[in-house]
Amino acid sequence: MGALLNQRFVTLAVLAAVIAVLPLVFPSSYYFRVASLVWVSALAAIGLNILMGQAGQVSLGHAAFFGIGAYAVAIGPTHLGIPPWAALLIGAVLSAVLAYLVGRPILRLKGHYLAIATLGLGVLIALVISTESRWTGGPDGMPVERLTLFGWRVSGSYTWYWVTGALLLVGTWIALNLDETPTGRAFRALHDSEVAAQVVGVDVARFKLQAFVIAAVYASIAGSALAFMNGFINPDQAGFLHSVELVTIVVLGGLGSVVGSIVGAAVLVTLPQALTVFHEYEHLLLGLIIIVSMIFMRNGIVPSLSGLFLRRARS
Amino acid sequence: MAEFLQFLISGLTVGAVYALVALGFTLIYNASGVVNFAQGEFVMLGGMVTVFASAAGVPLPLAAVIAVVAAVVIGLLLHRFAIEPARGASAVTLIIITIGASILLRGLAAIVFDKQFHKLPGFTGETPIDILGAAVQPQSFWVLGGTAVVVVALYVFLEHTLLGKAVLATAANRLAARLVGINTTTIMALAFGGSAAIGAIAGILVTPITLTNYDVGTLLALKGFAAAMLGGMGNPLGAVVGGLLLGLLEAFGAGYLSSTYKDAFAFLVILIVLFAAPQGLFGRRAVERV
Repeated sequence: MGALLNQRFVTLAVLAAVIAVLPLVFPSSYYFRVASLVWVSALAAIGLNILMGQAGQVSLGHAAFFGIGAYAVAIGPTHLGIPPWAALLIGAVLSAVLAYLVGRPILRLKGHYLAIATLGLGVLIALVISTESRWTGGPDGMPVERLTLFGWRVSGSYTWYWVTGALLLVGTWIALNLDETPTGRAFRALHDSEVAAQVVGVDVARFKLQAFVIAAVYASIAGSALAFMNGFINPDQAGFLHSVELVTIVVLGGLGSVVGSIVGAAVLVTLPQALTVFHEYEHLLLGLIIIVSMIFMRNGIVPSLSGLFLRRARS
Repeated sequence: MAEFLQFLISGLTVGAVYALVALGFTLIYNASGVVNFAQGEFVMLGGMVTVFASAAGVPLPLAAVIAVVAAVVIGLLLHRFAIEPARGASAVTLIIITIGASILLRGLAAIVFDKQFHKLPGFTGETPIDILGAAVQPQSFWVLGGTAVVVVALYVFLEHTLLGKAVLATAANRLAARLVGINTTTIMALAFGGSAAIGAIAGILVTPITLTNYDVGTLLALKGFAAAMLGGMGNPLGAVVGGLLLGLLEAFGAGYLSSTYKDAFAFLVILIVLFAAPQGLFGRRAVERV
C-alpha cells in the first residue's frame, strides 16, 4: 500500500515537474498554446479512460460532453448574462445530469450496441448544436467571453498554459486516487468480468453509471477550458471525429493507464502540428500512424513500452 | 397522396444506399467480427473513381467497372495490411484501425482527386417521370433495381455456391470452419473484397442523385452502421430492411416534421430501438455462457 501511494506521488510529481520545466525550453508562445491543447485533451481523455479503461465501457460520442462544456461557457455569458466561471460549473452539472439520465438505458447495452448508442447520442447533440444557430451560431461557431476570476482576466497562451496544466494535475490526481478506492476497484471488477462482479455483490448498473457521469464531467470541464482558451468555439468540437480522436488518445496511450492518456494526447495533438509541414498529406499520415501504432502497440504506448522495459530489466 | 408517394420513393432510394452500406458492414462483420468504419470510403471511391475515369474519356460502363475493381483492390489491401496483422486485437482496437483506414483513404482521395463536389449524369436521362403526381428521377429506379440485383446475387452466392457456404460457415463458427478445411483467411479477404465491391456499386448508383466528394463516406458509414444495428448486427436480411427503414424514416421525417433535423431521425430512432430492444429489431436474444 505504501509503495502504491509512493507510485502515485511519483507519477504526480513527475507530471508537475514536466509542466514546470517545459516552459524553460519553449522558444515561442506557439509552443505554450500547443502544450495547453495537450493538457486539455489529456484531461478529457483521462476522464474517458475511467469509463473505458477502468470500467470497460466504450463511448463513441464523448465529444458531446466536451461540446456541452464548451457551449455552456459560450452561451451562458453571451445570451444569459451568467458569469463565465458559473457557466463552467453549470456546464459540468448539465453534462453530469444528461449522462445520468441517458446512462442507465444506454449502459445496459454491450459491445457494438453500446458503441452505436453512444455514437448516436453524440451525433444527436452535435446536430442540435450546429442547427440551433440562434443560440450557438450554427456551423460557424461563436465567440466566447474571456474568463475573469475575482477581477483577474485570464488570457494569453502563457497564462492558459498554467491554468490548463493545473487542471490536468487535479484531474490526474483524482483519477489516480480513484483507482485505489472501493469505487475504482468495483470499476476494475466490472472491466474484468461483469458477471463475476455481479456475483460478488457489485451493483453493476450503478457503477457503470458512476463511471459514465465522471467521464462526462471531465470532458465538460476540458471543453469549457478549451472554449475559454480559444475565445471561440465551433460544432466540430462536439462532433464524431473529435469523439474518435478522444477514443484514439485513450487506446493509443493505453487503456486504464492515466499516464498513457497524457502521452496519447501529447502524440495525437502534437503530431498534426508537426505534420502541417506536409499539410497536403496530413490526413494520410495521421491515418497511417493510427493504423501502424494500433497494430504494433495494440495495448497502447505506455503499457507496451513499460512491458518492454520490465522484460529488459528482468533479463 | 402525390406528396406521400414522393417521400416514399425518395426514402426508398436513399434507404437502398444505406441498405448496401449495411450489407457491406454485415458481410465483413460476419466473416471477421470487425466493424469496418471504412465502409463509407468504398462508396466514396465508387463514385469518385467513376467520375474521374469518365472525365478522362472512359465510357461510363467501363468507368464503373474500373471503380469497382479499384475499390476491391483497396478492400483487399485494407484486409492484408491493416486487419490481418492485427488479428486477435480487441474490438475497440480494430474499430480504431478501420477509422484510421477511413481517415487515410479520405486523405488519399483528397490528394489523388480533389476536394470539389462531382456529379455523374443519370444513366438513362434526367427527365423526371411522373408517377401519380410524384416526380421521380429515372436514376431512382437504377438505385432500387441495382440494390435488388446485389441482394439477390449475394443471396444466391451465399446459399447456392460452395464458396458462399464456406463464408456462412466461417460466420457461424470460425474455429469449426477451419477444422473442416476452410481457409478462413481467404474467406475474410473475400468478405473485404466483396464488401468493397458492394460499397462501390452503391456509390456509382447514387452519385447522379446525391453528388460525391472525398468526404461523403463518414456520414454514410455512420448511417449504414446504424441501419445494420437496427436490423440486428450480423443479419444480412436485417441489414437490408434496416437500411430501407432508415431511408424512409429520414424522408418522411424531413418531409412532415423538420428538414433541418433530417440527419437526427436516424440516430434518434436507433436510440429508441436499442432502449426497447437491445439486440436490434431482428437480432436474436443472445444467451451468454459464463
